[in-house]
Amino acid sequence: MYKIRRLTIFEMVLIFLGGLILLFILAPLLGMVFGCTLDSLIDVAQESSVTNSIWLTLWTAILVTLIFSIIGVPFAYLMARKDFPFKRLLSGIIDIPVVIPHSAAGIAVLSVVSRDSFLGGIAAKFGLSFVDSPAGIMLGMAFVSLPYLINGAREGFEAVPVRLEKVALTLGASPSRVFFTISLPLAWRAILSGFIMMWGRGLSEFGAVVIIAYHPAVTSVLIYNRFTAYGLKYAQPVAVLFIIICIIIFVFFRLLGGKNCRKNNARN
Amino acid sequence: MKLRIENISKKIGNFVLKNTSLEISEGEYFVILGKSGAGKSVLLELITGLLLPDTGKIFLDDVDITRTKIQKRNIGLVFQNQSLFPHISVRDNISYSLKMFGHKKNYIIKRVDEISKLLGIGHLMKRNPSTLSLGEGQRVALARNLVTEPSCLLLDEPLSSLDTLTKSEIRRLLRKINRGDFAKNTSTNMSNELRPQTIIHVTHDYEEAIALADRIAVFEDGQITQIGKPKEIFKNPKSGFIAKFVGIKNFYRGKLEKNSEKTAVFYTHSNKNNTQIEFHISNLDYEGAGCIILRSEDITISNGNYESSARNSLEGIIIDIETVRTGIEIVVDIGGMDMSSLITEASLKKLDLYCNKKVFVSFKSNAAKFIRS
Repeated sequence: MYKIRRLTIFEMVLIFLGGLILLFILAPLLGMVFGCTLDSLIDVAQESSVTNSIWLTLWTAILVTLIFSIIGVPFAYLMARKDFPFKRLLSGIIDIPVVIPHSAAGIAVLSVVSRDSFLGGIAAKFGLSFVDSPAGIMLGMAFVSLPYLINGAREGFEAVPVRLEKVALTLGASPSRVFFTISLPLAWRAILSGFIMMWGRGLSEFGAVVIIAYHPAVTSVLIYNRFTAYGLKYAQPVAVLFIIICIIIFVFFRLLGGKNCRKNNARN
Repeated sequence: MKLRIENISKKIGNFVLKNTSLEISEGEYFVILGKSGAGKSVLLELITGLLLPDTGKIFLDDVDITRTKIQKRNIGLVFQNQSLFPHISVRDNISYSLKMFGHKKNYIIKRVDEISKLLGIGHLMKRNPSTLSLGEGQRVALARNLVTEPSCLLLDEPLSSLDTLTKSEIRRLLRKINRGDFAKNTSTNMSNELRPQTIIHVTHDYEEAIALADRIAVFEDGQITQIGKPKEIFKNPKSGFIAKFVGIKNFYRGKLEKNSEKTAVFYTHSNKNNTQIEFHISNLDYEGAGCIILRSEDITISNGNYESSARNSLEGIIIDIETVRTGIEIVVDIGGMDMSSLITEASLKKLDLYCNKKVFVSFKSNAAKFIRS
């Protein structure tokens, strides 16, 4: 049993500031949770429009994240390993979706998928539409959340020592086998983290999605509708329910990533 | 297999590898000696194919492999810090190249066990590389390459990060691998063999080079300045750089002038205060610019300017006294230049030497070795 030494003033200030931040995040959440009754939660959990909306939000977010992972992870590898002209510019372009207003992002995507645009026109020929459809929702989610995946994966690959890849090449591995047997496994934790970030960001998106698809309503849109039409008390339970589900899912994935974390830390 | 490099050159960033040619025989232990970061690693990467040369060709057993893919060359490369794959076990590390070459599972297991036993790491198969000691890690790194019987094994400063004890252990192992010998296993009657392995070993440590090499190539400023057997290089260094590298502390640049039948005078001057200093050395029938090297063992120190057979006697002040493995090194400032003398501890006490004491250094005219510019 060791004695905890007395804190310095500097440390006390840091702890105080940390406490403020924690309070800032927890207070509204707790206020909301305690603001609605358990009964209202149970009622809302049984409403089909709510459960459908939550399910829609979850599956569209994860599907689009999976699709873009397959495209984006190899691209992130390229960005991590190769030097080419305008690389910095490309890097900047990838970050753009994060800094533009979300409704503007939604308008941008709509400009390419609405019925009188190029892509929208082609889809219309097949009787399909992006607007007001899960496909449109997925595009809106992807547009604003892709940078998190790409950057996370890129950092993961950058942290893999190039030397290991060189060794693998001299041991007879082709560049693609090096990618799958060495680079990918070692960057895995960062890629998973980027994946979770992209999924989380997509799940929570409102501005871009609502412009492209008002129906079917993702949960953020549903909560907004309920609030504007009926008020706080009507919207609160949906919000709380959704937040609880999200937290459970993310804690689950963090623990999964955490197990890998411990394995990888053992090697350091 | 024998390796031949013809007129290889490469420019990478600020570093330039100038026109380099080498020939290494089968089973030879060849050491490339040079300062850290002098681009010796670039040469190794060129041989493995990780880098492509700007000019020149590489031949393995007289076959031109200059444009052959890395994967097809079967040249092993071991880095200073092992670079074991941290996410798979020791066994999987060693099996990696065999898997890449598509061998059958049974063969892989057998071969890995064979090599591991030879290198003394059979008990580490299931371990994670991060839990190994540096010496064990280096053995695994070697095993990883030896499983495929590489035509040539390249080592990039393999001993630099090891402690002294482990260094000598691994040196012994490297000699064993190079010789390719070891005993037949009488209980299984399986002939576990390592055939003689050609090794190219890059280092900045000349003692390591002398301990292991059949031949040494000294690498200076992006090119090879001397190649030869270790003893040759140590006895007849071709340049001041090489002399310094092999541990010679006293070397001075200057001009040699004939004085008489028997002796010549070497004029050098210190950069600090521009005074000229003369060394009398044995005549060489040569006049002109060059440098003089003197072994520390050949410099005598005395408290007074006594008459002796030594032709050179210079006054100076002791500026440093250091204990080294072979005795005590005394550094004396003779008119703005340093001269090192190696003496015993007994002499240190007898002469009562200390820093800032005025002393005389002396050496015979035939102790000096002159290297032409």
